[in-house]
Amino acid sequence: MILDSKIPEGPLSEKWTNYKASQKLVNPANKRKINIIVVGTGLAGASAAASLGAMGFNVDIFCIQDSPRRAHSIAAQGGINAAKNYQNDGDSVERLFRDTIKGGDYRAREANVYRLAEVSGAIIDQCVAQGVPFARDYGGLLDNRSFGGAQVSRTFYARGQTGQQLLLGAYGALSREIARGSVKLHERHEMMELVVVDGRARGIIARNLVTGDLERYAAHAVVLATGGYGNIYYLSTNAMNSNGSAAWVCHKKGAAFANPCYVQIHPTCIPVHGDYQSKLTLMSESLRNDGRIWVPKKKEDAEAIRRGEKGPNDIPEEDRDYYLERRYPAFGNLVPRDVASRAAKERCDAGYGVGPTGLAVYLDFADAIQRLGRDVVEQKYGNLFQMYQKIVDVDPYENPMMIYPAIHYTMGGLWVDYELQTTIPGLFAAGEANFSDHGANRLGASALMQGLADGYFVLPYTMQNYLADQIYVGKISDKTPEFDQAELAVRERLQTLLNIKSDKSDQSHSVDHFHKALGRIMWEYVGMARNTESLTTAQRLVADLEAEFWKEVFIPGSTDEFNPELEKAYRLADYFELARLIITDAMHREESCGGHFRTEHQTEDGETQRDDENFMYVAAWEYQGHDVTETMTKEPLNYEHIKIAKRNYK
Amino acid sequence: MKFTLHIWRQENARAKGHFETYHLDNISPDCSFLEMLDILNEQLVNDRISHPVCFDNDCREGICGMCGLYINGRPHGNDDGVTTCQLHMRKFHDGDEIWIEPWRAKPFPVIRDLVVDRTAFDKIIQAGGYISTTTGGVPDANTIPIPKHKADQAMDAAACIGCGACVAACKNASAMLFVGAKVSHLALLPQGKVEAADRVRKMVMKMDELGFGSCTNTYACEAECPKEIKRQNIARLNRQWIGQLFGRDRRD
Repeated sequence: MILDSKIPEGPLSEKWTNYKASQKLVNPANKRKINIIVVGTGLAGASAAASLGAMGFNVDIFCIQDSPRRAHSIAAQGGINAAKNYQNDGDSVERLFRDTIKGGDYRAREANVYRLAEVSGAIIDQCVAQGVPFARDYGGLLDNRSFGGAQVSRTFYARGQTGQQLLLGAYGALSREIARGSVKLHERHEMMELVVVDGRARGIIARNLVTGDLERYAAHAVVLATGGYGNIYYLSTNAMNSNGSAAWVCHKKGAAFANPCYVQIHPTCIPVHGDYQSKLTLMSESLRNDGRIWVPKKKEDAEAIRRGEKGPNDIPEEDRDYYLERRYPAFGNLVPRDVASRAAKERCDAGYGVGPTGLAVYLDFADAIQRLGRDVVEQKYGNLFQMYQKIVDVDPYENPMMIYPAIHYTMGGLWVDYELQTTIPGLFAAGEANFSDHGANRLGASALMQGLADGYFVLPYTMQNYLADQIYVGKISDKTPEFDQAELAVRERLQTLLNIKSDKSDQSHSVDHFHKALGRIMWEYVGMARNTESLTTAQRLVADLEAEFWKEVFIPGSTDEFNPELEKAYRLADYFELARLIITDAMHREESCGGHFRTEHQTEDGETQRDDENFMYVAAWEYQGHDVTETMTKEPLNYEHIKIAKRNYK
Repeated sequence: MKFTLHIWRQENARAKGHFETYHLDNISPDCSFLEMLDILNEQLVNDRISHPVCFDNDCREGICGMCGLYINGRPHGNDDGVTTCQLHMRKFHDGDEIWIEPWRAKPFPVIRDLVVDRTAFDKIIQAGGYISTTTGGVPDANTIPIPKHKADQAMDAAACIGCGACVAACKNASAMLFVGAKVSHLALLPQGKVEAADRVRKMVMKMDELGFGSCTNTYACEAECPKEIKRQNIARLNRQWIGQLFGRDRRD
């Protein structure tokens, strides 16, 4: 496979300007003749569909929930980065670019990241114009806070509900286009298959989740904005219905999948407490602005806490180990997520963990409450504190929160070029679904920035470049053999799943039973620390579990009805295949970088050890068939602008 | 903990529904309400008793607005300021009987069991619940300062998650709190003022057309709102409505 990243010529800071000046456009009369499918209504999908619709294209947009406003972008808490430098603290496009490249451990493409930093300011302008109620100071101007991996305050926020407010802004813009008739909404519809005609993406097969009907949609181009695949770990901060299937079916149809092993583990989540648990709740990274993370200095204190004999407030100041401040004095509690997560795991593995399971550390606000007063802390983080209290039943104003790392985001995704086009012409991927901007680790408050950058300011340009010559092909028909075949394949896949009926009921299990088992394998062996041995074990266990799944899963009901168990089953079937690819990728990358930590490759003090000589590339995988090892093509990462350095937060 | 559950089962929109009774044992008080239903469903599937109970849910952290059950006569159950997914079993007593129903409101028809169709809310927003901007061509974000208390009030209103509890709680199935929250959020901001009169007219007319009832000021909506949206938003909606009736802010 040949990977052409299509990076424009010229100095880094002029690439995007040059691209826009020389790209092809579609004239307004012709836009009306072009159909575009957008799958997903999160920040990337909603903003893309709203922008493309307003430009005059005909857009069909799909979401699996009952409303576009439910997409999981809604749950992003802390904020959105932008290089506005409103705080006059030394921020600039260049600085945001550098922070993002360094945060990603030098595994992201320079040109894409620079463009992201370049358009970041326009996103804030756009959102304010839409009525997003960002936090303001007493003079009425916009307020900022800090996030991990940055030494400036560039994060804009709307209390602890920034994702919600940004999504509602995009949803508003989308709703306006729906009312105008330029966008058609298909809620409770799931993309089941990509239709490729003569090598180009020409449509999708979608399942109406209420009736179970399979429906055909044809278009000149397809945008995938379906989020990440973090739910492969079962327990994650993702929503229950978030899944990787749409991206996976595109992969099987020829779209390369890049860096699947780059998974982000968020350091501040409410710890696991029981095996009935269905998800992990995130406590926003913004809390690390004022909260201090610690464990007891003495093992006997940690043990006493685990037995319930002591509480955190019984540990005197001098017996507390603020390990992030100790290890990383320059960034302290605001080190990037991967660093903070590993440091928590290190302390817990060494026997200093707290909570009944020993798998938790404290996030303490006592200092902040003393310094700022309870009122200010409540204003800044009130809803997060309330959420914590409701879930854990402990008052975080009186006792430190207990937190532990959890799966949160996937940096890997469909390979895209500078235009966000996958290796299938006409198939674009945006937001978390693509791999492009975060390298091996994403900085906090950058997912919202990327989703909206892709949807508002990148795709509306780059897609026109592709669509310019599509005005000659006329309307795309959905009555072609390719559509027949795609629909038939979906029908057969669903029927195969429903036909799995073990004779004895004690030998059959629910979908969740298998999903939980897969999640445990992934977390244990392909989680925060990986090595050849653990990955080999994972490979074997996943293969065994997958075989069991196809013999013993029990799915009630039929295809032609509202059937959530069936939905879970086909998503899990894809996760088994994706799990193999994650493991293969993790195995091949014999280095540690960002979220990918190979225990064989670490420095003496336990930091990641990159191997730039051999691994400074994007690994793009190509599907070869079930049970066949995928082939990998390298896209070399050429750093022309930035000086490669050891990633140091000390 | 031990529970007796009476759950509304209804195969589809046209079928006749009924209550079905189930017994659950060994439920941890730290279990969330939806996790309790997960455990029930696991049993129903494993023992091949019936199709699992369908209920909408997604983020399970109280922000997506997808979940919504009528529990012992209260939307989102007997805790204040939470959605169903954040309700925990520790809020119940061991041995409790729990009645679980879908939202009951004509504009929210049942799809299956506890799942209802809330697309009516999307239609109200489509009628005008936004600021008409196209992408690009907007002024710098700090061009118009907004007094902090106004921005905070707008944020309070914008916190609505569109779950529909207000409609379910209302004896008239009125959507005034939902519409009031959106009208307020946008009318409080200078960016939203331009279209405020048109917006309120279009949204209220759409609300009426979709069959939501009238507001008779009982404020059950406010009492049950998981995001604690205030009834002042209804008052603001009424002011906006009257204002546009008498031509204030009309462009002609």
